[in-house]
Amino acid sequence: MSTAATLRPGARRRSDRLWFWVFTGPFVVGLLVFVYVPVLWSVYLSFFDARNTVTPTSFVGLGNYAYLLTSREFLLSMATFVGFAVLIVPTTFALSLGLALLVARARVAQAFFRSAFFLPTACSYVVAALVWRLSIFNGARFGLVNSVLRALGLEPVGWLSGEHYLYWVVLVTLRLWLQAGFYMVLFLAGLQRIPTDTYEAAALDGATGWRVVRWITLPQLRATSVAVLLLLTVGAFQAFDEFYNTLTQVGTYPPYARPPLVYLYLVSLGQGTQDLGLGSAGTVILTIVVAVLGIGQLRALRERGDGARTRRRITLPEPFDRLRTGSVEGPRRGRRS
Amino acid sequence: MSTLVTRGPRRRGPDAARYVLLSALALVFLLPFYVILRNALATPAELASASWVWWPADPSLDNLRRLFADQNVRFARSLLNSAVVSVLQTVLTVAISAMAGYGLARVPSRASRLVLGLTVLTLMVPTTVTFVPTFVMVSSLGWISSLRGLVVPVLFSAFATFLFRQFFSGFPVELEEAAAIDGAGRWRTFTRVVLPNAWGICAAVGTITFLNAWNSFLWPLLIGQDPAYRTVQVALSAYTSSQRVDTAQVFTGSAVAILPVLVVFVVLQRQLVQGVERSGID
Repeated sequence: MSTAATLRPGARRRSDRLWFWVFTGPFVVGLLVFVYVPVLWSVYLSFFDARNTVTPTSFVGLGNYAYLLTSREFLLSMATFVGFAVLIVPTTFALSLGLALLVARARVAQAFFRSAFFLPTACSYVVAALVWRLSIFNGARFGLVNSVLRALGLEPVGWLSGEHYLYWVVLVTLRLWLQAGFYMVLFLAGLQRIPTDTYEAAALDGATGWRVVRWITLPQLRATSVAVLLLLTVGAFQAFDEFYNTLTQVGTYPPYARPPLVYLYLVSLGQGTQDLGLGSAGTVILTIVVAVLGIGQLRALRERGDGARTRRRITLPEPFDRLRTGSVEGPRRGRRS
Repeated sequence: MSTLVTRGPRRRGPDAARYVLLSALALVFLLPFYVILRNALATPAELASASWVWWPADPSLDNLRRLFADQNVRFARSLLNSAVVSVLQTVLTVAISAMAGYGLARVPSRASRLVLGLTVLTLMVPTTVTFVPTFVMVSSLGWISSLRGLVVPVLFSAFATFLFRQFFSGFPVELEEAAAIDGAGRWRTFTRVVLPNAWGICAAVGTITFLNAWNSFLWPLLIGQDPAYRTVQVALSAYTSSQRVDTAQVFTGSAVAILPVLVVFVVLQRQLVQGVERSGID
């Protein structure tokens, strides 16, 4: 417990080294044991026939990879992700941006509207899936949407039966409802960062309404927009909860609408035998895909964000001598004990 | 949010339209919460009635009583599991990540750069994608169907550590130097000077961690194979995919399951918003 300030420089560096491991030790050990070692182990397992075992002996080389990359089910799951992303990314983007623009300009009851749109963020995908499956999009006549359809003189629809891809309506509206408020908050934060004088200058030039949005607001939101697109795409790639809970009937998942994680779950852990070799190879492939998504979009972000608006804080590691001038919010004053 | 320009006399028309639109959207967004409440209070007959019953004729808490009495569901046990897991995960994640973030921000060394690099690499690949390897690890430790298995593997958040590291990098060193001159050691400085000034970020990270922990599904599904270790989300999911589904009871369960997060949401909304804003990007 000696004070670093009174020690010689060499001793101080040694004590710093000790303190570094005291502070970061628990995190580093956890990260190694529960992320890095398992992933490397998984890379090893992916070259073996590892059914129901974690210490396999039957080496199959790239067999698991070859199986997956030529398997119709695996390719379909990737196609399911692409389809889902094509549907959910633009709709969430448009809705959350629209909500943010509307809420930002509301002078009355602004807090109420912001909370109302943000509230679904607190709901779990499991509960939302129950509401969507058992009530709103229930295929029976008493489902909410089917009741409305019948009131309009239309036939009730079996939303989740796999006919005509109608289940996409259920899955997309569910995720849209649950996550739009989250991204609205990100857009609101972005809107707040736009300097007021930009708007004043535009007003002096006679710009109003849509033209202000188109030529001032949207360009200034570019960095936020790219980040939102990145988060939405990576989020769609990880979809599991709502697919699993909306589509599973009496313990069995239908053969359609299996996004990558659902496919991986069913093939490696979900169906009686545990095929960890195949599951590991699948994990390696999906990890590469998601890392490429992330890197690709980060690059797009850096190129488009010209200069001042680039979000450097995602890129790393910055020189440590700049630590003292870091740009995150300062400490709250007056709370010292 | 008063930064937007006011646009003079033309305001009234578009304003009215905006409020009509906002109110309609708010109704749609709140509709599912109404559905949960209606279903929780309705009788099974009302739920299966040919036309949509907007509000139960005789709202009662009878479903609630039946739910907790149902020995097949063990709902109280699953609520307890969720509470223990979420609270432990929140407190320990904040503690572990705050310490790690502080170490990373304050000690310039090669090891520090290496750990930071590993952290950022982890940020790129969401942990849900690597559930198979983590499951392999946890099952070889013999932690399936255990509290340890539910909590420990999810405690090490690269994201939270990174946020804390960014925050402490901007924290004025002068405060700590003053404490050091007063004779406080590193640990004392951290707990007595640094942490009390980091309440905002701790609350932001804690709120968002609690929400994610309470609502999480895939990991508890893999670990809670013994019904005694089901969290509330897994219990609800298992109940609805079983042969006999009592819809009213399921929605009573959903209403109960959503209550703690609604309370957190209402009480700590400002912290949550900050957490979300940071989690996005900034």
